Amino acid sequence: MANPVLTYLDPAAVLLDLEAKSNGDVIRALGERLRQLGCVRESYVGAVLAREATLPTGLPLGGDNNIAVPHTDPEHVIRPALALGVLKAPVTFSNMENPDEKLPVRVVILMALNDKDRQIEMLQKIAETTQSPEALAALRRAKTFEDVCAAFA
Amino acid sequence: MAREKIILVACGTGIATSTVVATAIEEEMKNRGIPVSIRQCKATEVPGMVDDVDLVVSTTPVPQGLSKPVITTLAFLTGMGKADVLDRIEGYLRD
Repeated sequence: MANPVLTYLDPAAVLLDLEAKSNGDVIRALGERLRQLGCVRESYVGAVLAREATLPTGLPLGGDNNIAVPHTDPEHVIRPALALGVLKAPVTFSNMENPDEKLPVRVVILMALNDKDRQIEMLQKIAETTQSPEALAALRRAKTFEDVCAAFA
Repeated sequence: MAREKIILVACGTGIATSTVVATAIEEEMKNRGIPVSIRQCKATEVPGMVDDVDLVVSTTPVPQGLSKPVITTLAFLTGMGKADVLDRIEGYLRD
């Protein structure tokens, strides 16, 4: 069976060795790729940025393992997709559970979702990945799309 | 047989992290022999949906002063402290 993450992850939406100064830079860079692929509407990036400011998506996994999973409401999504950014140097995201806490993040998975019941396997696979320090380390080391596929396998 | 308990699972958009949490709770409570029904919503919608549920589980802060117990946790995404959170959920539902 096809890997539920890779089904939604186009190689053109994977940015490795990404240089960014802020979480907004990362969201704009990844969101622009999803827009070029025709997965999201013009309104998507602005909606993700607004949501991140009030309802942040950083996950505290400890040290280098912190990740963020920005996303927004379904009306900005044309078809479901993921984008992945692996940063050269961390940017700051706020902790989802405790927005006052700032987390340095090097791996960002931008999600464009429109039907939770149909995307549940992909969401579960991402949750499985976030709970695996080995998979997260493999993502940070990834140099090619094949490396990314192996990390999510 | 005990009445099926209702858990309201909330997150920022009500679509992504709450789906992961809802699935994990449903599966684990079934394993523990506790029938549950799950509803999902945005954190901001919790006050309007809390009246007929038994417990609220959220991945993001919810408004204060709710009439039902609230567990705020990222354990189903981080894996850290998951067993402990499941025990706490079970504790609220066993009453």
